[in-house]
Amino acid sequence: MKTLVWVEHDGATVKDATLAVVTAAAQLGEVHLLVAGQGVDAVAAEAAKIAGVGKVHVADDAAYAHALAENVAPLIVQLMGDHDAFLAPATTNGKNIAPRVAALLDVMQISDILSVESEDTFTRPIYAGNAIATVQSKDAKKVITVRGTAFAKAATEGGTGTIEAVATTGDLGVSTYVGSEIAKSERPELTSAKIIVSGGRALGSGDKFHELIDPLADKLGAGVGASRAAVDAGYAPNDYQVGQTGKIVAPEVYVAVGISGAIQHLAGMKDSKTIIAINKDEDAPIFQVADIGLVGDLFKILPELTGKL
Amino acid sequence: MKVLVPVKRVLDYNVKPRVKADGTGVDLANVKMSMNPFDEIAVEEAIRLKDKGVTEIVVVSIGEQKSQETLRTALAMGADRAILVVSEDRVEPLGVAKLLKAIVDEEKPDLVILGKQAIDDDNNQTGQMLAGLLGVGQATFASKVELASDSVTVTREVDGGSETGTLKLPAIVTVDLRLNEPRYASLPNIMKAKSKPMAQKTPADFGVDVSPRLTTLKVVEPAKRSAGVKVADVDELVAKLKTMGVSK
Repeated sequence: MKTLVWVEHDGATVKDATLAVVTAAAQLGEVHLLVAGQGVDAVAAEAAKIAGVGKVHVADDAAYAHALAENVAPLIVQLMGDHDAFLAPATTNGKNIAPRVAALLDVMQISDILSVESEDTFTRPIYAGNAIATVQSKDAKKVITVRGTAFAKAATEGGTGTIEAVATTGDLGVSTYVGSEIAKSERPELTSAKIIVSGGRALGSGDKFHELIDPLADKLGAGVGASRAAVDAGYAPNDYQVGQTGKIVAPEVYVAVGISGAIQHLAGMKDSKTIIAINKDEDAPIFQVADIGLVGDLFKILPELTGKL
Repeated sequence: MKVLVPVKRVLDYNVKPRVKADGTGVDLANVKMSMNPFDEIAVEEAIRLKDKGVTEIVVVSIGEQKSQETLRTALAMGADRAILVVSEDRVEPLGVAKLLKAIVDEEKPDLVILGKQAIDDDNNQTGQMLAGLLGVGQATFASKVELASDSVTVTREVDGGSETGTLKLPAIVTVDLRLNEPRYASLPNIMKAKSKPMAQKTPADFGVDVSPRLTTLKVVEPAKRSAGVKVADVDELVAKLKTMGVSK
């Protein structure tokens, strides 16, 4: 089987999410990559070094500059004449592009896979991760998005991919990019952080969130996450949200502070290796999944904890 | 301007799903079903656009007869009429997208607003597939929608922040959680919704083949986590963190 992996990048470097997809693709067969964007020579060179990579298709055109699905999907469809499976990370960009590709190829996509059982059989979570389905695809070509936390990351060195230019499919002319606001953060990116400290509604305010959560995260070198309640209340920005509709994380250590543990939140973090819960309600559902629990007032516990680390 | 809003009947989001003992799926007998939460947000957004030039809101659902309830809810919120495509068998996103394309070809809406994902299958595909089949622009994960006469400008929630783009109409928008707070239907509106028109169709009426491409071989419960321990105080927690190598 020949697989094509869409490389997620920011115009300068390959994003981590791609590496897990390469591992999943390698379980299906020969791995080819697609780097689409504008001025992406450096990204292509970096992609070619990823271990296990064969060909790196490079499509350099203004039409691909902001990964607009309308323009990138036809490019992928063109390359799929020569590939058996298309894989993308289950990131917002991957989720945006892959189903459009699937529709154009007239195949049913398999979203957010957790494992490759065979060339046509995969496991994926349904119902906010409360059930795991094993699904078999009858389609001739497979379109798949991959949950990054479910696969090891391919090594970024050691590969000897050959770089090959691809003819552009142009601009479909139905959508234009206006701009973006990407939060600058010194902390590790949430989906790849080894440790995450996450705050919930119990923090009470945005000020308290930053006053209490941030120093603890910094002490631990951790990424900062939040529950939906904390985001809705405006304590933390949207992209901090961990859960079914936010980010899916599986760090070594997840510290849930003032988070009750609703189904939708657990969907985003219950595969963490160790879960630590700090909550004043000893009956909070979070304690049912926590490896280490501390019942008490977070406003007293957090400063003390941060101080003693 | 006409807006089409597809809605799906799903297991209520507060209900903890139970996997059937025979591994064939999740038990949906005698459990509370509701409108997919993202679809409520989509309906709400369509209603809010009514003072921005939207004149008609058509809601559509594809599924079993009971999906009528879901459509009535949308009508009670403020949609004008409904279309139910009856299929007692599960229809996959690709099949749904094809049926929606057929409906779009007939109804010619300027905008289709969908939820970003259904909380049962968690697929996050239908809107993108529909946009692909129609060859029109798509804006997924919308957190802000600004409608003009021939375009729509959408701010989207993306990893790391937000992104804004403009689409030519007709276009497809899928909505994220924070776009709006859906309204509750009032009792008078629930009564009024009963007399709003609801057309019934079948996939065959549209000549669309909705036979599934994926076979579910089994559905199992995820691995259970082993029971944890509770520590008495911060000192004990710090000691644990040190043994784990998390802190020096």
